[in-house]
Amino acid sequence: MSITQIETEPQALYRLIDVTRTYRTKGRTVEALTGATAEIKAGEFVTIQGPTGGGKSTLLQLLGALDRPSGGSLMLGGTELSTASNRELGRLRAEEIGFVFQGFNLIPTLTALQNVAMALVPLKIPAEERRARVDEALAHVGLADRGDHLPGELSGGQQQRVAIARAIVKKPRVLLADEPTGNLDEEMRDEVLVLLEALCAEGLTLIVVTHDSAVAKRAHRRLRLKNGRLAEV
Amino acid sequence: MYGTYLRRELAGRKKQTTIVAVGLAIAIALVIVVNALAAGVRDAQTQALARVYGVGTDLTVTGAPAQRGSDTGQRFDFGAGGGAAASDGSTTLKTSVLRASPARGTIDAAGVKTISGTDGVAAATGALSLTNLTFDGQIAQQGAQGGSGTGQTGTGQNGTGQTGEGGTGERPRFGGGNFGLNSFSVLGVAPSAGTTVGPLSSVKVSSGRALDAADAGQLVAVADSTYATSKSLSVGGTIDVGGSTVKIVGIVASSSDSADTAANIYVPLDTAQKIAGTGDVVSTVYVKAASAADIATVQTALAKALPTATVSSQADLASTVSGSLASAAGMIEGLGTWLSLIVLAVAVLLAVLFTLSGVARRTREFGTLKAIGWSNGRIVRQVAGESLVQGLIGGAAGLVLGLVGILVVNLVQPTISGASAAGFARGGGTRAAGAGQAAAGAGGGGFPGAGGGEGFRGLGQAAQAVVLHAPLSVGILVAAVGLAILGGLIAGAIGGWRAARLSPAEALRSAA
Repeated sequence: MSITQIETEPQALYRLIDVTRTYRTKGRTVEALTGATAEIKAGEFVTIQGPTGGGKSTLLQLLGALDRPSGGSLMLGGTELSTASNRELGRLRAEEIGFVFQGFNLIPTLTALQNVAMALVPLKIPAEERRARVDEALAHVGLADRGDHLPGELSGGQQQRVAIARAIVKKPRVLLADEPTGNLDEEMRDEVLVLLEALCAEGLTLIVVTHDSAVAKRAHRRLRLKNGRLAEV
Repeated sequence: MYGTYLRRELAGRKKQTTIVAVGLAIAIALVIVVNALAAGVRDAQTQALARVYGVGTDLTVTGAPAQRGSDTGQRFDFGAGGGAAASDGSTTLKTSVLRASPARGTIDAAGVKTISGTDGVAAATGALSLTNLTFDGQIAQQGAQGGSGTGQTGTGQNGTGQTGEGGTGERPRFGGGNFGLNSFSVLGVAPSAGTTVGPLSSVKVSSGRALDAADAGQLVAVADSTYATSKSLSVGGTIDVGGSTVKIVGIVASSSDSADTAANIYVPLDTAQKIAGTGDVVSTVYVKAASAADIATVQTALAKALPTATVSSQADLASTVSGSLASAAGMIEGLGTWLSLIVLAVAVLLAVLFTLSGVARRTREFGTLKAIGWSNGRIVRQVAGESLVQGLIGGAAGLVLGLVGILVVNLVQPTISGASAAGFARGGGTRAAGAGQAAAGAGGGGFPGAGGGEGFRGLGQAAQAVVLHAPLSVGILVAAVGLAILGGLIAGAIGGWRAARLSPAEALRSAA
């Protein structure tokens, strides 16, 4: 391997080694993830596909530091997520991980601008700087003129773009999206995909859980999760 | 963003916010009004007692009650040739007697000295409660001529005199007559006591002057203004007290607009003792303790020093207040307090339930906030803040409602009756025509033969009308609003705890 190759080789952002996650529900144990092993590099666009109940959302939640693995090792950069404190996980969610949900999950009583600003609250940024970054994020997703609208006044695609703005306003290292186009029609889906690809091109690591093969086709890598086991497609 | 989120969230849940705020408002208003009424009733009780015992009296000491059967009734003796003969041959009889109630015990000078010298007693003054009975009537000329009968003693029981027996000549016949029995209350007080303790501490001089130390032993008196008006007494005039002509030097009125003072006539203590022939005794000693904290200790010490006497505190005396005042006190302190506590508990419970319901509905929202980096603490503060604001809104509305309630009570000014069991007798009966007419005393229990109007009641009750107010207390208002805030905080704490318990993944899963 040449020195040039070493210098340009992207570093692993996520490193999963034999990650498992089990739940106890109604007296029985459910193995949502079984021995998942993979490496995701910075700047990659990765999709995770699989049947319903296969563990996709569980994996995404583990990657998003919303949950802890029951076993194995899950590293985000230099942080071992399985043993990190709640405080550290909270910091990662606040500063380094952006999350986009299938149902948009916008707060209905707040405007688009206020929804995006909610992501900056944990960072305790001064109000002026916060406003500037929110405006920048909304402009990035093409909704600079919709900041004062409530979610109910926006289309599905626009709402998802607000959710993406909320995810990127904090300038995260990775954006995790759980079925981001699941509730959108074809036109809006393309709108969102173009945006996500653009963000990835700017260096953002993108990990998308999707049923939609049209979305998967645009990824750099495709992983498949079936019966709790992760495999490269 | 905290304020914006909070404001938007409450505005988005107007119905819930309104229900919680209304519930708290009603509870807080009830707490304010009940407490104000309780304070008003306590003031009214104090007023009712103050007229009898004066302001500043912490304890009263009364002598042991007399033995059963010791009251043999009052006799009015007229000697042969007694009375004033008129030109038509009729004889006018009049006599006054000043007496203490035989049923009431007394405390001698040594006892008063013991009380004054007890540790913790700041001031003590004695008073002698007496009743002046006046028998007056007219006997018509006897029917038969000649001879002179010796009249026998009239008992004053039913206004009939016994027939006198003739000496020589034809047997004299009773020519008829009419008699009246009037009474008024007299209180012998120590003029030097001033206005610090005792019955005179709750009166104001409306004309003339009050009794002072120079009046000791003198035949002077001050009259209650209501009695003075009814009997057309005025400063400079005189009144027959126990057969002595006493000069009226002042007219006094109660410090409260709607009630009379403790007695009809006040005379210096030694004057009263001399006229009544009681000796150096008093019927009640009024005691002021050095401090409120000393009252119980002083009460115990006095009871020990004078084992046969009855030592009563204001709390003991308050229990003697009867009538609708006592009923109002019981109702407010019993039912009113419980009702306000129950309504407050229900309001807080409503607030808690609505908050928990809100947290449950917002599970996905809180999960999302945690996913984008909000800490548990931040979410708990948000939920608690929303509940706190609901509590503040409820508290403010409750404050306004409570103030309106107090205003209504103070505008209506309901009058209720309160009587103290140890009140003094009120007299002022008028002459009754004919013989054998029973008294129609206003309070019942008057002597037969006494005139219409109030009769002597001994240890009976002196009913007084008291205007009930609901005083405004800043402390109560602050405490009531504090309760509303506390209610909001409790709801917020429980809701916040519930929200914090949600793990982000569970929260997102549960709503998916």
